[in-house]
Parts: sequence; structure tokens; C-alpha cells
Amino acid sequence: MSAPALSPAVPGRVAGPAAAGGGVTQARVVRAEWTKLWSLRSTRWSLLAAVVAQAALGIIVAAAQMSRWGSLSPHDRATFDSIDVGVGGYHLSQLAIGVLGVLVISGEYSTGMIRSSLMAAPRRLPVLWAKLGVYAAVTFVLMLVSALVSFFGVQAIVSGHHLQHGLGDPHALRAVVGTALFLTVLGALALGLGALLRNTAGGIAAFVGLMFVLPGVVALLPGSIGDSISPYLPINAAFTVATSTFDGPHHLATWTGFAVFCGYAAIVVLAAAVQLVRRDA
Amino acid sequence: MIEIEHVTKRYGEKLAVDDLSFVVRPGIVTGFLGPNGAGKSTTMRMILGLDAPTRGSVRVNGRRYRDLAAPLHEIGALLEARAIHTGRSAANHLLAMAQTHGIPRSRVDEVIDLVGLRDVARKRAGAFSLGMGQRLGIASALLGDPRTVILDEPVNGLDPEGILWIRTLLKGLAAEGRTVFLSSHLMSEMALTAEHLVIIGRGRLIADTTVEEVVRQASLDAAVRVRTPDAAALRDALAGDGVIVESSAAGVLEVRGAPSERIGEIAAREGLVLHELTPQRASLEDAYLRLTGDAVEYHTGDGGRAAGDLELVA
Repeated sequence: MSAPALSPAVPGRVAGPAAAGGGVTQARVVRAEWTKLWSLRSTRWSLLAAVVAQAALGIIVAAAQMSRWGSLSPHDRATFDSIDVGVGGYHLSQLAIGVLGVLVISGEYSTGMIRSSLMAAPRRLPVLWAKLGVYAAVTFVLMLVSALVSFFGVQAIVSGHHLQHGLGDPHALRAVVGTALFLTVLGALALGLGALLRNTAGGIAAFVGLMFVLPGVVALLPGSIGDSISPYLPINAAFTVATSTFDGPHHLATWTGFAVFCGYAAIVVLAAAVQLVRRDA
Repeated sequence: MIEIEHVTKRYGEKLAVDDLSFVVRPGIVTGFLGPNGAGKSTTMRMILGLDAPTRGSVRVNGRRYRDLAAPLHEIGALLEARAIHTGRSAANHLLAMAQTHGIPRSRVDEVIDLVGLRDVARKRAGAFSLGMGQRLGIASALLGDPRTVILDEPVNGLDPEGILWIRTLLKGLAAEGRTVFLSSHLMSEMALTAEHLVIIGRGRLIADTTVEEVVRQASLDAAVRVRTPDAAALRDALAGDGVIVESSAAGVLEVRGAPSERIGEIAAREGLVLHELTPQRASLEDAYLRLTGDAVEYHTGDGGRAAGDLELVA
């Protein structure tokens, strides 16, 4: 049976332009996810919090250290590293990036929005890829800029004591870019957890548990066992790329560690993708 | 057009839809009727590709929903459960939906005007009243100017003005040649809006018929009230031939299975006096209740089972 032609009889309704637009494409779903990300107040606040944390924490710490430089112990002075302080804002921003990553998708499950999203893109995976792509791109750009602001701010503050580094110094550029990379993958991991658990509280609990609680649990294990597991924990593997001083035996090599962290994120995202396609929405 | 073929949906132990088959045709409003928990929402979710059938096939305009290249142009849906992020404005929600299909921004403004939400389009959808939420849902459904529109309990919680608005809108959409499929658990609402009815109970098809036919059937089943001083004689005269005669008071008979004309003729032939001969009008609601009587999932007083099952089919 062929459907009769639709007449544009209802006022304010036009059959032409809407029908002529063609179908769903990955690029269009990305555009939609971009709109969705920025049209929520909670997103904008979380991203602002992440930017402020990433940009300001290092500067505040550096300023505090310099103001009492004279009273610091020789050991403290010797271990002060303006690169690590310069990018160290990630200790705070990682929480905002992770929580928002979970929310980007769990918020759709809690409000029912996911049904609209999947009805518009019924193959489903384009929705997950678009969310990951948009959130990763936004995180990378914002965190790179914030890390650069922090890095140069810190160098300016410590230059009075001739402790500054340039971006061209060993590890400096890698630590700055690494910070943005680490936070980007962390955001993707959190988004994957949110997609897998379809629940905000559960997603955040899993994220915090995996990243911040697990190391404490491993520390309870007998020394040798704990020591052999510890470098492979997500957070310890991730930090290697975002610091200039991790070269000890208790950590994986810089890019090896980051690769392991990416592996964790990939496993979670893959599991979320499989489940998204298989399970009823 | 929506085609449901031998569809079964099982959630764990619970059989929500059981070998259901029917077709929803373009050009008319088709009502989807059934008691709460009959499987209406589940069926609609399967039509929209949100839930996968355990067995059977569901096709929209000839294809599985997930194979539609531009689903928003093919079918628009208003689900009973809200499908909108409460933190996002109506305009941004519609814009994001439009962008997935490359639908221009001008169309977003159009549907906002069509449902009368212009004044609140920039407000958070979470702050919307039930009626405004339904209007936004309908705007989403019409965004892609779809050939098929499906709505799950669209008048739930609406004021009379809103109900009238939806009824007129749906009839208009059907008159344009679109397929309109809406669910309700209220027969009276359906009688005013729909031409065709698909009635289900406990996940099974009970009737796939026109509203007219249900009305006809209802009046056929209705009793004729007869008041006569010769009740016993008339009862004997009417007996047999599938006629059932009951008496609620002395001199009053309720006759089922024979129209008033035949009762009158029989009485005349037997020379019996009649004081009253009144066909009782069965309401549509009665007809519907009789149809679904065996299939009502949650009779009142069956609280234990209802509490256990409700969530699975909600």
C-alpha cells in the first residue's frame, strides 16, 4: 500500500524542507550532541569548574610555596618541580571531568531523553560515538588551554627564584599535553561507565571507586603483591603521562602507562557499546 | 503503515506481548485499546525500536525501525514516559533532535508555534506542566513531518481544552493521509477520536475492528426491558433459540438475544399485554469492559500480584 501524498494543509506545516533534508548521519548526530552538551546549565558549570581548577590550582600552590620559600626545608626546595606544579591542577579537574563524563549519558537515562536520542538514531552506536567524540574534543581543548595557562602562570611566579622551566625543557611540553590527554581519556572512561550502568549514582560510584578507592584497597595488600599491582591501577598508569618526575621503579614508563590507561577506557567503552546495541532502551 | 506480525515480548518470566498481529493503516486514526498492563506501551516501544521483540517482526512503512534511514521523517512518537531532558529548553531539545536529520531551524520554530509553546520555548522543560510537556512531546513527534504518528496515552492528565486540541490535531493528521495510532485505556475517548480499534488484553489480540462495529455489537448484546402483567407466559413464549430471560422484579423481564421488534411480535401473537418494551443502550464502555473482562490484568483486590508485575510492563 502506498501512502497518499501529504498535503501541507495544516497551517504552519511545510512538507518540503523537512522531508528534503535526508537522513541521519554520524556528522549530524555529532552536531546534535554538541547542541545537547552546551544546552544544559549543569554541563556549563561543570566545565567551568574543571577549567578553573585546572588553571588555578597550580598557580595558587606555586604562589604559596614562593611566599614561604625561605622557610622551606632543603629537601622540599630540592624536590620542587615547576612543571609538576604547573600541570597539577588535574588533581582537582579530574573529578569534574569524570563526574560530567558520567552525567553526559546517565542524565539521558534518568530523564528519559535516551529514548528520544535512540529514536532519532536507531542504530544507536552513532549516539555513543558522537557523545564520546564531542566530550573528548571539548575536554581536550579546554584542559589543554587551562594547563597552558597554569603552566605559564606558575613559571612566571617561580621565576623570581629561578625555578622556571620553558615548554622546550625536557618533559615540559609532554606533561602539559599529557595532562590534557589523560583528562580526555578519563572523561571517555567515565562516559563509558555511565553508559554501561545507565545510572548517575552508580556511574559516579564506579568512577570514583575505580580511580580513587581502588589504590587504597591495593595498598592494604601485602607489600610485594601491592607493589606489583599498583603500577597497573588506572590512576597510576594515567599519571605517568602528566608528570615530569615519574621515572621510579614503582611506575610504568610514560607512554606505556598511558597506553594501559587507554586500554581500560577502551574496554569499558566497548562493553558499553555492546550493551547499548543489545539491551532494550 | 505499521505491521505487527506474530510478535511476542518476554521480560524474564513475564510475557508482556503474546503472538500479537495487526496492521495500522494510513488515512484513519487507529485506537490501541487495552486495560493497564495489557502490553500497549511495550508494543509501541517495539514499533519504535526501543525494545526488541523476543519473536516476530515489527515494520514501519515496510521496514524495521532500526533500518529507517531517516526515522523522524517516517514516524513521530509521543511516549507516555517523558523522553526529554528536564534541564534543557524546549527549543534546544527540538533543535538537537532536528540536527540529527539535518532538519532546518525554521522547522523547529514552526512546530513550536504549531503546539503553542512559543512563550515558554526558552524555559527548562523540567518546569513544564503536564499539558505543556505533552505539547512539547507532540512538537517532537511532528518535527520531521512524519507519515506515521504514534502516541501513547496522549490525553492522560490533560484538561478538556487540551484533549479537544489533540483530538482535532490527530483527525487533521489522518485526513492528510497519515497513519495515526494512539493508545488509551479509555473507550470513551477512543470513540470520539478513532475510526478503527485494535483491542488487546494480557498481550493478546482481542479485537481488530471498527468503532462502528463495536457499537453495533454492544447494542446487539444489550438487554430489552419488558414490563408485563403476563410475565410467566411471555417467558415461556420467548424461551429457546438463544434467548435469555431474566427477571429482576415481579412483572419485569430483561431479555437478551432477541431484538425488541421480535419480542413485540411474539407478545402480539400470543395475545400478551405489554406495558413497556425498551431496548437498553449498552454504553461503549460496557462493550469494551465485556470484551476485555477476562483479560484485565489487575483486578482490584489483587494487590499482591499487581505490585509484583506492574513495573515490568509499565
